[in-house]
Amino acid sequence: MADGYARACGKVGVALATSGPGATNLITGIVTAQMDSSPIVCITGQVASPLIGFDAFQETDVTGITLPITKHNYLISKVEDIAPTIREAFFIASSGRPGPVLIDITKDAQQAEIEWEYDDRPVHISGYRPDFSPLPADLCRAVEMIQSAQRPVILAGHGILISGAMQEVLEFAERTQTPVASTLLGLSGFPGNHPLSLGMMGMHGEAWVNQTIQNADLLLAFGMRFDDRVTGKTSTFAPNAKKIHIEIDPSEINKNIAVDIALVGDLKETLQKILPNVQPANHAEWLATIEAWKGDSSVRNIQNLPDNGHLYAAHVINDLWRYTNGESLVVSDVGQNQMWTAQYYRHDKPNTAITSGGLGTMGFGLPAAIGAKFARPEMEVWAIAGDGGFQMTQAELSTAAQEGIKINLAILNNGYLGMVRQWQEFFYDRRYSATPMKSPDFVKIAEAHGLTGIRVTRRDEVADAICKARETPGSVVIDFQVEKEDSVYPMVPSNASIDAMIRRPVPQIADR
Amino acid sequence: MRHTFVALVEDKPGVLNRVVSVFRRRNFNIESLTVGHTHQVGISRITIVVDSDQTEVERIMPYMYKLINVLQVEDLTHTARVSRDLAMVKVNATTENRSAIMQFAEVFRARIVDVGNDSLIIEITGDEEKVNGFVDVLRPYGIIEMVRTGIIAMERGTSTLLNNMAETQNIELPIEYKMASGN
Ligand SMILES: Cc1ncc(C[n+]2csc(CCOP(=O)(O)OP(=O)(O)O)c2C)c(N)n1
Ligand SMILES: [Mg+2]
Repeated sequence: MADGYARACGKVGVALATSGPGATNLITGIVTAQMDSSPIVCITGQVASPLIGFDAFQETDVTGITLPITKHNYLISKVEDIAPTIREAFFIASSGRPGPVLIDITKDAQQAEIEWEYDDRPVHISGYRPDFSPLPADLCRAVEMIQSAQRPVILAGHGILISGAMQEVLEFAERTQTPVASTLLGLSGFPGNHPLSLGMMGMHGEAWVNQTIQNADLLLAFGMRFDDRVTGKTSTFAPNAKKIHIEIDPSEINKNIAVDIALVGDLKETLQKILPNVQPANHAEWLATIEAWKGDSSVRNIQNLPDNGHLYAAHVINDLWRYTNGESLVVSDVGQNQMWTAQYYRHDKPNTAITSGGLGTMGFGLPAAIGAKFARPEMEVWAIAGDGGFQMTQAELSTAAQEGIKINLAILNNGYLGMVRQWQEFFYDRRYSATPMKSPDFVKIAEAHGLTGIRVTRRDEVADAICKARETPGSVVIDFQVEKEDSVYPMVPSNASIDAMIRRPVPQIADR
Repeated sequence: MRHTFVALVEDKPGVLNRVVSVFRRRNFNIESLTVGHTHQVGISRITIVVDSDQTEVERIMPYMYKLINVLQVEDLTHTARVSRDLAMVKVNATTENRSAIMQFAEVFRARIVDVGNDSLIIEITGDEEKVNGFVDVLRPYGIIEMVRTGIIAMERGTSTLLNNMAETQNIELPIEYKMASGN
C-alpha cells in the first residue's frame, strides 16, 4: 500500500508494523519496493533495548533480516536519535535511486520523552552520494553518437517517471524522430498513443518492438537496467547497436549489457544538458521499416478479431482502455493479467501504470491500488488481478471498505495460475501441475465486504460492467470469467534471443 | 585470481556485516578480512581479499559504494602496494631442535615471543609469500597452533584513500576529514 502510494505520487510511502511477526510480514513488500526503486520508509517496533538479544517476546532481528533488501536500515534505541534518523531515512529513500528504508525503534525509545527542536539544515551523509552527474566529455561523445545514428531507438525505463523527465524525453524523441520502446515499468513515461511510441519491449513485448531493438544501430537506454526480461539472451541482444546508458545508479552500468557511453546522473538533468546540442533529425526510412513490421503483427492481434462469443482478457483490457479514455490509473497484479494490461491499456498520462516488475509480486495489485487512490484521490483507479493473485491479498478489500475509498477491481478469472499454466503448456507438455484453481465466488466475497460484485461471462457484457463499476459509489469487484487456456503472445522463451518469439498461431485465431 | 579491496567505512555497529553481505550474496568466499581504526576518529578501514575467477568480482566495488556507510573503496589488485600479514606460530621445540628453529626465525626476521618447555611462539610479519614460506619451514617440527591477521594493504606513494575519495567523486571533503588528512 505504501509502495502503491509512493509510485502514484512520487512521495515517500510509509508502512508501520509491530515487532516480530508484523515486521516479518513486511518483507515481500520491502523487496518489491527495492526491486522497483520505490521510495518507502518502514517503521517497525522492537522490544525494549535491555531485552534485545534475550529472545524476548516478539523479538526479531529485523535490521538483520532486512539488511540485504533495503537501501539502508537503522536500529534506534535512544529517543534522541529518532527525529534525525527519520529525516535521514526520508532523504535516503527519496534521493538518488529511490528505495526502501527501514527504521526499527525499541519500545523504550518510543516511550521516552525529549525536548526537541526541528533541524532544518540539509541532510548530509558522508558516505552517500545521490548526486552524480555525467562528465562533459562523455556528454559530447553521446551527442556525436546520437547525431550519426541511422536507426536509433529509445529504451524508456522507470527512471523517466522517477526523475520526472517525461517532457525532456518527449522533446528528444520528437526532435530526433527516434521511436520509443518502453520497459514494463517505463509504461506511461511516454504517451502511449504518440506516433513514436512503439509499446512494450522484452519477453512479452510486441514483436515489432523487439525487432526494432535487434536492428537498431543506437540504443538510448533512459533510466532502465537491461533486466533479463528485457534483454533475453544477452549475447544476442541488439548486436549491431552502439549503446548509451543514462542511469543514476553507477552499479547498473555494464552490469547486464556493456555500453559504449555511460552517463551517470539524473535523467532529467542529463537530457537538459544534451538537448540544446541535439539537432533535428529525420529517420523516415527507419520509421517506415518499423511500421511495416507492425503490419505483420496485427493479424495475430486478438484484439482485431470479431466477437465470436469468447471472452478474451485482451478484450476486457481493451474495452477498459476505451471506456476510461485511457485516463485511469491502472495497477496490475502479476501474471498473464499483468502482461495483457501492459499490452492493451495505453497510457498517455505519466504515473498511471503501476505494477510489480522486478520482483513480480502476486498480490501486489489490490493493496497498491488502494495506496495509489490515497495518493491521488482525484484519479479513477483500476486494479487488475488474476484469480490467483487476488486471493493472496484479498483481505485488503476490507481496508477499501473500511476506509470508504472507491477503486474498481477487475479480476481476470481464468481458473488457472495462468502464467505458470502457459509455461507448462509451452515447455512442459501441458502437464498442468498445481495450476488449475477452484476459486470462491468473487461476487459474494465483494458483497461480504459490503461492496458491489459483478460477474461477466460474455464479451457484450464487458462495457456495461465497466460503466456500472464507474458509476457505483463504493469499490467494485468485477469477476471477468475469461477464456481459460489463452496465452500471452508473443513470448520470448527464457534466455532466447528477443527476436525469437513464439507468436500467436494464426490458424488458432481463424478457428475461433 | 586474487583481488585486494580496501574500504573506508563509518565506525558504526553493523557496518562490517553490510560490507561482508555484498560478498556473501554473490557467493564469494572471503580469504581474509581485516578491520581496524584509521587515524581519523569515526572511520575504520577494511581490507578484503577474495580469490575468484568470476569476472563479477571486479564489479563488486559499485555495490560496496552503494552502502550508505561506505566512504571509499579501492581495488588495489593491480596497484603498486605494500601488503602485510602477521602470523603467530606455536611450534613444537625440543632441546635438540630449538636452536635450529631459532636460526630459521632469524633468517626470516621473525621474533620469538614466547618460550615454553616444549614449544615456542614465533611472530612473523611480511607479505603473504614470506609468511607462507616461513610456515612451510616450521611444518616439519610440528605446528601446534597458528593465527594470522589476514592481509592489510596500502597503496605506495603519496596518494591516500581519503584524498582519492575527494578527487574521484569530485567532492569537497568534509572539514573534519580534511584536518586529519593533513590537507
Ligand atoms: C507471491 C508469488 N507467488 C508465485 C509467483 C509465481 N507466479 C507468477 S505468475 C503466477 C500465476 C498467476 O496466476 P493468476 O494470479 O491467476 O494470474 P494469471 O496469470 O492467471 O493472469 C505465479 C504463480 C509469483 N510471481 N508471486
Ligand atoms: Mg488466473
